[in-house]
Amino acid sequence: MTETQNTVEFTPERLTKAQEIIARYPEGRQKSALLPLLHLAQEQWGWLSPEVMDYVARMLDIQAIEVYEVATFYTMFHLDPVGKHVIEYCRTGPCCLMGGEEVYDYLKQKLGIQAGETTPDQKFTLKEVECLAACGMGPVFQIREQYYMHLTKERVDEIIEELSK
Amino acid sequence: MGKKILLEHINVPGIETYDVYRKQGGYTAVEKALKTMTPDEVVEEVKKSGVRGRGGAGFPMGMKWSFLAKPEGVPRYLVCNADESEPGTFKDHYLMKNLPHVLIEGMIISSYALGANKSFIYVRGELMYVVRILEKAIAEAKAAGFLGKNILGTGYDLELVVQPGGGAYICGEETALLESLEGKRGNPRNKPPFPAVKGLYQSPTVVNNVESIATTSWIINNGGEAYAAIGIGRSAGTKLISASGHIKKPGVYEIELGVPVEEFIYSDEWCGGIRDGHHLKAVVAGGSSVPILPANLILKLANGDPRLMTYESLSDGGFQTGTMLGSGGFIVFDETSCIVRNTWNFARFYHHESCGQCSPCREGTGWMERVLHRIEYGHGNQHDIDLLVDVAKKIEGNTICPLGDAAAWPVASAIRHFRDEFEWHITNPSEATQPGAVFKGDMALV
Repeated sequence: MTETQNTVEFTPERLTKAQEIIARYPEGRQKSALLPLLHLAQEQWGWLSPEVMDYVARMLDIQAIEVYEVATFYTMFHLDPVGKHVIEYCRTGPCCLMGGEEVYDYLKQKLGIQAGETTPDQKFTLKEVECLAACGMGPVFQIREQYYMHLTKERVDEIIEELSK
Repeated sequence: MGKKILLEHINVPGIETYDVYRKQGGYTAVEKALKTMTPDEVVEEVKKSGVRGRGGAGFPMGMKWSFLAKPEGVPRYLVCNADESEPGTFKDHYLMKNLPHVLIEGMIISSYALGANKSFIYVRGELMYVVRILEKAIAEAKAAGFLGKNILGTGYDLELVVQPGGGAYICGEETALLESLEGKRGNPRNKPPFPAVKGLYQSPTVVNNVESIATTSWIINNGGEAYAAIGIGRSAGTKLISASGHIKKPGVYEIELGVPVEEFIYSDEWCGGIRDGHHLKAVVAGGSSVPILPANLILKLANGDPRLMTYESLSDGGFQTGTMLGSGGFIVFDETSCIVRNTWNFARFYHHESCGQCSPCREGTGWMERVLHRIEYGHGNQHDIDLLVDVAKKIEGNTICPLGDAAAWPVASAIRHFRDEFEWHITNPSEATQPGAVFKGDMALV
């Protein structure tokens, strides 16, 4: 899934998409495309290496530091390689009220890793995140664009088994 | 049954598509506004409606619109704040996912009123699937002639851009959001200048919440006066409430402002009561930032009258005995909840989300988190409670943006109303740190 970073270039489809995104903003305001392009890059490479960030900087004709300072500010961007599935687990109050901490402990034990770590088989990376705006359906975690809600230990077993296939 | 304005058609199958939305009367408000009203007349209707900013601040929307500077030859922007990140709040997520065209229609009307030809919807990055839903809705509206050049032959042009964020609570603050939209870190700006004068790209800009913008279609169809007639006094209209925690029916509810809090919690129409076998201990009524209130104070005012779901009634008594409607993130705690642990959790959240620009917030939020952590884990000392109050006081009002206040209020209010629970943690550390241990002192449960 994660491509080699030697040839840092968007796929043709993503390049077209990137150009469409850049064209959305008024003349001279192309830097506005930075967050959407970083999402697009992360979709392709899984994480944002310095080479990928430099590529985005060139595309927007801005300094590399302007990309680094943004990529390090926003928590969704992975600045290190990650596993195939990044589990972003909500640790905020309302989910905790619904048993979120207990389910989280179970998940960590099941995967044998702590927050910020990746399983040895490179399948799962665990990340703690703040409120995902799904408090009435907690506990919640997210993998890419998919929300997994009303989590229980049994539900965690099912999800991990399904994704391990 | 309460009046439904935003969620009226929520149960119609296929309502997320243009065709079904149109069949239910969708986009008639755009036709009415663009073909029969001037932009100023639209602003006037919204002013008359009395609708207040639904993101949390509660500032009258029509008045905010009327502050927009209109220098010749300078573009103006409307930016929709869909960065919903306040713990306990998930109404905009629900609205956009299920009823994307309600927001798109509101965006067209609001953009027309403000004279904007390019408007943005800034959606928190975690909701990328909602970004795709909105983009699809925009494409449908464009194909039907409601977006693009010369809309409905009126000569009005509008383009909508959906912008994903990157995971930063601070970008819900309007100037941080504008920075982020310009491709920068989400550091709030010093005000003045206000966005109405110098906002996005240094141009006059209005930033409104999703729910606020979504109300404009109904206001245009039915008139500002009809909207103002719903609700009570300055709390006009309906409000989406995100209900979570220890209730039987968590979810998003549209209420007519003025419903008694007790009815909202216990009626089967709304939360359905506290989960079986348990009792109400406390409520955070408007998202994690607003003061937490114990059961007796959330249900009744200090004078014994029932407390209502309105801006005024929820804040009755100031911070001594009241709270705020805020974003409508209604978090319910039963007697199994540890207030100290929850306060530590919220403090950790604000520390994590502080942008780091202002030292009182950057340092103070971390300090509060660490002190609360040591109390929760049995290492607190008697001075810690006063220390927390002192730190909270020194953050409040001393930062560029309201995140500092938002971090200080939950801590200060938890100590104000649950001080004996903090003291119990400090004086009985071995008992308080047992798994699931909760203070069972002399506490008013309902």
